[in-house]
Amino acid sequence: MVKSAYSFATKKEKIEKHIFIVWVDNEAGVLARVVGLFSGRGYNIDSLAVAEVDRSNNISRITISTSGTPKVLQQIKLQLGKLVPVHKVADFPQNKKTLMREMALLKVVSSRSHLEKAKKLCKKHKYAIIDRTGKSYVFEVSASKNEIDNLIKKLQPLGLASASRTGVVAMTKGSEIYKQY
Amino acid sequence: MSNLMTGAAMVFRTLEDQGVRHIFGYPGGAVLPIYDELKNHKKIKHILVRHEQGAGHAAEGYARSSGKPGVLLVTSGPGATNTVTALTDAYMDSVPIVCLTGQVPTHLIGTDAFQECDTTGITRPCTKHNWLVKDIKELSLILHKAFDVAMTGRPGPVLVDIPKDIQFQKGRYVRPKKIINKSTKNNIEINGKDNDIKAVATLIKKSFKPILYTGGGVINSGLAATRLLRELVSLTGFPITSTLQGLGAFPGNNPQFLGMLGMHGTYEANNAMHDCDLMINIGARFDDRITGKIDDFSPRSKKVHIDIDPSSINKNVAVDLAVIGDVKIVLGKLVSLLKQNGSDFANSNRQKITAWWNEIENWRKKNSLSFVNSGKIIKPQFAVQRLYELTKAQDTFITTEVGQHQMWAAQHYKFDKPNRWMTSGGLGTMGFGLPAAIGVQVANPEKLVIDIAGEASVLMTMQEMSTAVQYELPIKIFILNNRYMGMVRQWQELLHEKNYSESYIAALPDFVKLAEAYGCVGIRANKPEELDRKIEQMLSINGPVIFDCVVDKAENCYPMILSGKPHNQMLLGKKEDKVSNKGKILV
Ligand SMILES: Cc1ncc(C[n+]2csc(CCOP(=O)(O)OP(=O)(O)O)c2C)c(N)n1
Ligand SMILES: [Mg+2]
Repeated sequence: MVKSAYSFATKKEKIEKHIFIVWVDNEAGVLARVVGLFSGRGYNIDSLAVAEVDRSNNISRITISTSGTPKVLQQIKLQLGKLVPVHKVADFPQNKKTLMREMALLKVVSSRSHLEKAKKLCKKHKYAIIDRTGKSYVFEVSASKNEIDNLIKKLQPLGLASASRTGVVAMTKGSEIYKQY
Repeated sequence: MSNLMTGAAMVFRTLEDQGVRHIFGYPGGAVLPIYDELKNHKKIKHILVRHEQGAGHAAEGYARSSGKPGVLLVTSGPGATNTVTALTDAYMDSVPIVCLTGQVPTHLIGTDAFQECDTTGITRPCTKHNWLVKDIKELSLILHKAFDVAMTGRPGPVLVDIPKDIQFQKGRYVRPKKIINKSTKNNIEINGKDNDIKAVATLIKKSFKPILYTGGGVINSGLAATRLLRELVSLTGFPITSTLQGLGAFPGNNPQFLGMLGMHGTYEANNAMHDCDLMINIGARFDDRITGKIDDFSPRSKKVHIDIDPSSINKNVAVDLAVIGDVKIVLGKLVSLLKQNGSDFANSNRQKITAWWNEIENWRKKNSLSFVNSGKIIKPQFAVQRLYELTKAQDTFITTEVGQHQMWAAQHYKFDKPNRWMTSGGLGTMGFGLPAAIGVQVANPEKLVIDIAGEASVLMTMQEMSTAVQYELPIKIFILNNRYMGMVRQWQELLHEKNYSESYIAALPDFVKLAEAYGCVGIRANKPEELDRKIEQMLSINGPVIFDCVVDKAENCYPMILSGKPHNQMLLGKKEDKVSNKGKILV
């Protein structure tokens, strides 16, 4: 029996999926700060993508896909905003208003006929074959996270040998942009 | 004068330009160049501690009692890791300290060199920000930025890790004219939006059962904030309560003050929080020791939250109106707005809340801080009361350790000024009070500084007595010696069937002899009738004293909200207050 636990979580709240875009100074340790904030406060990271987007201003853009209660999501945004190298945080709901893409490299090693089947499956998406041998293809596919999940499931019986994914990157639709930093 | 200088000299030049007069530190291989340079900087006095944790808490005491940043200087590896508790403590209680650590030379970083550790990695979660300096060109800028980050917005600790080779290298010293920080860059309004402040004024006018709930943010905002708070309270006629950290922002013996709230707060403060229709939180953070059971927290009130840190808003308790801003600026606007509202505002407002005050007076009659005194044995509450009576005429600074004695100090010592009360609230660090008292005394050389201590806590950093003796810092360590980790014993009594597992310290030192061993004075009081005389004796000694006040072993700290309970259900420590089984589970 838990006797002196100070308090227990009570209400169950609904979980939402969000994407946070974080513009940061591209400096040593910045990713550790962002990721450490998530692990330290018990927030989820479903996927994470990061690269420099503005060389002259030394700015990287981090895309974090996460889920949590509305209260937690608000905290994530505000806590990220407090980190010194963070310039701005944008919060995109994962819905129709947000463009979301993920890229995957998928290596299938198999018989000719399986390779052709695999190609057919990949063709349903924006794809390219970027390397081929008699017994292997490497596909480059960009699609939504779900589509890639499904594709991978279907490729497995066809000899999927290796999969590498970028994690989701996102942008708003239309001409609207965020003033970034 | 040329601005070309070594990294070590640059460190001091920055400290001088930042107006730093004292640093707390401990030398070692990786900071030797800086220690070598110390002799050339007579304006800066170094206080040699006995453990780096002590340097951290001393810097905290210095900062909290002076409003200026505290600075510590330690070596790499163990020197740095020893500061982690103090950094975390400062982070939790929003105390601005600047920690300078030595690091192995840059070419050895990552090789598991002697006394190498990942200092910035280890301290990342317990600082507002930290830096590893990899280039002499960046050193002075980073150091100045470190002070800026520590002091702006919600204050907190920062750390600058300086490899030994950088300390030797020569570079150009630059002092930035203006630091571009988050708020200047993003133009964040930290003034409180006018519309929000108007909305607060409207709520104030409509309320029949208001309460002001204030925290450490008022004190961090500075003397102007505490002045404005007093004005607001007298203008509105509202009752006011304070968190542990906020004590002193408002005079403790003013009739509008309901005492501290929360787990060991007064009956009237907690009931008023529970029953109010308007709660105005000023610079506090709805900590779990304050709210108790969140679902039942103040169920019928409109809640306003004024805070400089946006992430404090809605973190624990959802509020109806948030005002992001520096307390002094927000209160300044609010007070002048209320004053504009005609001179009869104060009167009409007072009438409207008379019924509420009557209710509060009834709660007050419970006299929830009362205790059964004894003629044979010193009750700890009595000891704090006597200490207060005998020192209140002086401008006294109090620090504490953590435990029952801390709560008794908070309940029975009344503060009428800010920056006079230094206690570890957020982290609850046993061992805080003694080194903190050293820092307070360094910042306030002529003042009376007392650490109200527990015998278990004080042993955690006792070696700093040696520091106090070395620098002739006349701190008074007033130990409420109950031979128990009293707070642990209390929880075990109430919640674990009196299974006093490991909470009794069977082999305590003789504190009087210990004092003598350190080269200071030890005093012991055993009986209530000798207490006053011995306290007077302690106060008459112009040097550090360890006062061993032998108190009742079995006393519990009341009132107490067992958590899982709302604010209006408190244990008052009277016979009828048996804990139900359900209450036990939820504390
Ligand atoms: C560093 C640290 N370790 C453990 C604790 C848990 N703890 C809280 S109060 C307490 C007992 C303190 O005993 P003492 O200093 O004698 O104070 P008392 O409660 O008896 O007044 C303990 C062990 C803590 N707060 N800090
Ligand atoms: Mg004790």
